[in-house]
Amino acid sequence: MRQESVRTTAPRFLKEIEVMPVEEKQVLTMRGINKSFPGVKALQNVDFTLNKGEIHALMGENGAGKSTLIKVLTGVYSKDAGTICLDGKGEVQIHSPQDAQRLGISTVYQEITLCPNLTVAENMFIGRGEGRLVDWKSINADTEKLLKKLDIPAKATQQLANCSIAVQQMVAIARAVDMDCKVLILDEPTSSLDEQEVEKLFGLMRDLKAMGVGIIFVTHFLDQVYEVCDKITVLRDGQLVGEYEIKDLPRVQLVAKMLGKEMDDLSDIKGENAAYAGKDADEKVFEASGLQSNAGIKPFDFYIQKGEVNGFTGLLGSGRSECVRSIFGADRVIGGHVKVHGKEVKISKPLDAMKNGIAYLPEDRKVDGIIGDLSVRDNIILALQVLTGFFKPFSKAKANAFAEEYIKKLNIKTASADTPIKSLSGGNQQKVILARWLLMHPEYLILDEPTRGIDVGTKVDIQKLVLELASEGMSVTFISSETDEMLRTCSRLVVMRDRKVVGELSGKDLTQNKIMSTIAGGE
Amino acid sequence: MNKQILKKITSNQLFIPLMALILLAVINLINDPGFFKVTVGTNNAGNPVLSGYLITILDYGSELAILAIGMTLVTAASGGQDISVGATIAIAGSAMLRVLCGGNSRPETIKAPIIVAFLVACIVGMLCGAFNGMLVAIFKIQPMIATLILFTAGRSIAAWINNNELPIVPDPKFAYFGGFIPGIPIPTTVFIVIACIIVIAIVLKYTNLGLYTQAVGINENSSRLNGINPTFIKFLSFVILGLCVAVAALIKVSRLSTINYSVIAKDIEMDAILAVALGGNALSGGKFNMWASILGAYVIQFLTTTLYKFNVQSDALAAYKAVVVILLVIFSAPTVRDYMTKLTKQLPMFRKEAA
Repeated sequence: MRQESVRTTAPRFLKEIEVMPVEEKQVLTMRGINKSFPGVKALQNVDFTLNKGEIHALMGENGAGKSTLIKVLTGVYSKDAGTICLDGKGEVQIHSPQDAQRLGISTVYQEITLCPNLTVAENMFIGRGEGRLVDWKSINADTEKLLKKLDIPAKATQQLANCSIAVQQMVAIARAVDMDCKVLILDEPTSSLDEQEVEKLFGLMRDLKAMGVGIIFVTHFLDQVYEVCDKITVLRDGQLVGEYEIKDLPRVQLVAKMLGKEMDDLSDIKGENAAYAGKDADEKVFEASGLQSNAGIKPFDFYIQKGEVNGFTGLLGSGRSECVRSIFGADRVIGGHVKVHGKEVKISKPLDAMKNGIAYLPEDRKVDGIIGDLSVRDNIILALQVLTGFFKPFSKAKANAFAEEYIKKLNIKTASADTPIKSLSGGNQQKVILARWLLMHPEYLILDEPTRGIDVGTKVDIQKLVLELASEGMSVTFISSETDEMLRTCSRLVVMRDRKVVGELSGKDLTQNKIMSTIAGGE
Repeated sequence: MNKQILKKITSNQLFIPLMALILLAVINLINDPGFFKVTVGTNNAGNPVLSGYLITILDYGSELAILAIGMTLVTAASGGQDISVGATIAIAGSAMLRVLCGGNSRPETIKAPIIVAFLVACIVGMLCGAFNGMLVAIFKIQPMIATLILFTAGRSIAAWINNNELPIVPDPKFAYFGGFIPGIPIPTTVFIVIACIIVIAIVLKYTNLGLYTQAVGINENSSRLNGINPTFIKFLSFVILGLCVAVAALIKVSRLSTINYSVIAKDIEMDAILAVALGGNALSGGKFNMWASILGAYVIQFLTTTLYKFNVQSDALAAYKAVVVILLVIFSAPTVRDYMTKLTKQLPMFRKEAA
C-alpha cells in the first residue's frame, strides 16, 4: 500500500532507482583512509563499506573520527591517503562538497544548513539550478508534491524560518533525497526531533532503503540504531574497530567497543543516587514563586534544596528550557518572586543570577554556549572573569592555571589551552562550557541538555559528575530529553506540558510509566 | 624545527602589515637610496626640526593610527564600521575652534585655554560616538547605516557650529600639536600617538575590554549568558572611537590653526577601516589585534607618501592606492593564506625537514 503511493507521487528519478534490482551490492567502499591534522591523527587506515539498500550506523565516541570520515567522504576535507570507490564509477576523487553532490552523495547535518530567510521551495532548489531558467511555478508544485509524499507539514511557499526546527530538518532531508542520491549521510539528524518526528524520519529512511539508497546514519541514540539500522561500523581514536551485523552485536558490547573497555554499567550510578537524595533537605538554596518570563510560559513555582538533583521533564517544546532560562534571567522576567537562601533577591539578567551563585549551561551549545573563535582558556575563564569584574583581569599565569586545572579534571581533549574552542569536538566543547561554570564554584548549577549530541562515554562522565557535585553540596537542575538519564540522576522531577508545570514526581513515583502518564495528563 | 618557526612567523597577524612595510621600504630604497635619510633643518620659526620621508610618514600617519585604535574596537564589538569619523572630526574640530575663538572668526587672543577647548572637543566627539553607539547597540541598526547619518550631516553641523565662518586661532602654541614644540625636533604628533598607544595598552592590560569586546563580537548571545552586557560594550566601543576622533581632530585643526569643513579629514574613514583590515582583523568582528591595526595605519601612510614620491597626481592617488590595497587584502584573505601554507608544505626544502 505504502509502496503504491510512492510509485504514484515520487519524483521521476526515484522511480528509476526503484526499478533497479536491490541486491547485496557495494555502493561505496572506502579503503585505507588516512587524515591527520596538526598534532592529531584523526583517521588511520580506516575502511568503510556501504551496500545498496542498507542503513549503516557509524558509531564512536566524540573524537573517534566519525565526523572526519564523513567530511572526507563529502569533500569538506581532503584525505591524506586511501581510496574511495563508488558503484559504477570506480575510484573517485572528491575535492569539494559539490563533487560529492554530483557523485550522488548527499548529507544532512545535525545543524540546519539551509537558508532560513528563503521559502521551503527555494531551499530545495538552491544550488541546483546550473544555469537553467527558473520556473517557480513548477518548482513550487514539485516541492509541494514531495512534501506531501514525505508527510512533512510545511508549504512550498512558506518561509523556512517559520517552520519548527524539526520541520526544517525534514526539509533538509527532503532536499537531499530529492537530489539524485545514492549515498545519503544523516549526521545526527534526530537530535532535535521529538519521538513522533523520529518515527516519521525512520519511515522515510526505510522507504529510501527499499529504493536502494545506501544510508549512513550517525547518531548517539543507541535505541535508534537498533531500531532502524542493518549494520554498525565502530570507530575509536581514529581507527576502525570493526564492522558488525546488528544482530551480532548486543548493546553492551557496542558500548564496550566504542569505549574500548568494559563499561561499568550505567545502572550502577542509579543506586548511588538514592544516598544523595534529601541530604540537607531543610535548606532551600533557591525558591521561586509565580515566576514568569516573556518566553510564554505560565507562572510556575519551584525550589531546590542543598545537594539536591532535580529536573524538568516534558516533551520537546513543553517549556523546560524556558523555565530554567527564567531562573537564570536569560529571558526577561516579567513576574514572580525569587529567594536565594531564603532571602528575596531580584534576578533580571544573567549577571544577577551569577552573583547569587547560580550557573546555567544552555541548551544550544553553539548559539548560547561557546565563543567559537576564542581559545579554550578564554572560554573556561569567561564566567568567573566577568564575575570578578571588568577592572580585575586575571594574569596570564592565573588564567592558564585555571584552564589547565579543568582540562585535566574534566579530561578535555584539546591540543592546547590556546586552541580555539570551535575546533574541538562537540563533547569536548560541552566539557569546556561545563568547566567554565564549575570554575565559578556555583551553589546552584542548571544543566540544560548537557548530554545532547555527545558520545556515550561523556554522557556517563557528566551524569557521574552531577551526582558527585551534589554529594559535595551543590544543587543541580538537570534537563535531558532522555528520560532514563533523568531517572538515573534526579531525585525529583518537575513535569511540564504545554508550557505549564503539571506535576512533580519524587521517590517511588519516579518511574518511566509515571512520567509518561503525567506528561500525557491522563490518569 | 625551521618549519615551525616559519609557520609561527607567517601565521602571526603582524606578518602581512610588516611584509607590506618591508616591501614598500625596499621599493623606495631601490628608487632612491636616500629615502630614509633624516636631516636636521630649521623651520619657519627658526627651531631645529627633523625632516625626511620617514618623519613625514610618522607625522602624517598619526591621525590614522589614532583612529585605527577606536575603529578596531568598533569593528570587533559590532562587526561593522563607523563611516562617520571624517565628519565627526569636522564637528569636534569646529567645536574646538568655537571655544578657542569664541564665535569671533579673527580674534586677537584665544578666548579659552587650549585644554578646555580640547576637553570640549572630547565631549563632542564622545557624544557623536554615543549617538552612533545608541543607534547600533540599542536600536540594532547596522553600523554602516547608523553612521551614515553623521557621515551625511556631520560637515554641515560642523559649519553651523561656527556660523559657516573659518576662524583662525591666533595663539602659535595651538600649532604645536600638529607641528613642532620649539626645541624638540621630533613632530609632536609622534608623542601624541605614543601616548594614545600607551593608554590603550594599559586599558587592554588592566581591564577586560579586550576579552569582552571579542566575546561580544564573536557570540553576543553567549556573552550575555556569561554576564556581559553586549549593548553596553558595543556602545562603549563607539564612545571610545569618539574620543579617538577628538584627538585626531586636535591634530588636524592644529596643523592649519583653522578648519575647512568640506575638506578636513576627508575620506579618512575609509583609510581607517582599511588599516583595520590590513592588520588582518576580520571586518565581521570578533578577534582583533590592536597593534596590527596601528601598523596597518602606517602602511597606508607609507603607501600614500610613496605614491607622492613617484609623482602620482593627487587625483590619481586613489586609483593607485586601490590597486595596492586589492593586492594586500587578497594576500591577507584566509583562503589565500591557507593556500600559501599548503604551498610551503609542498616545497622540497620543508618536506625534508618534515620527514
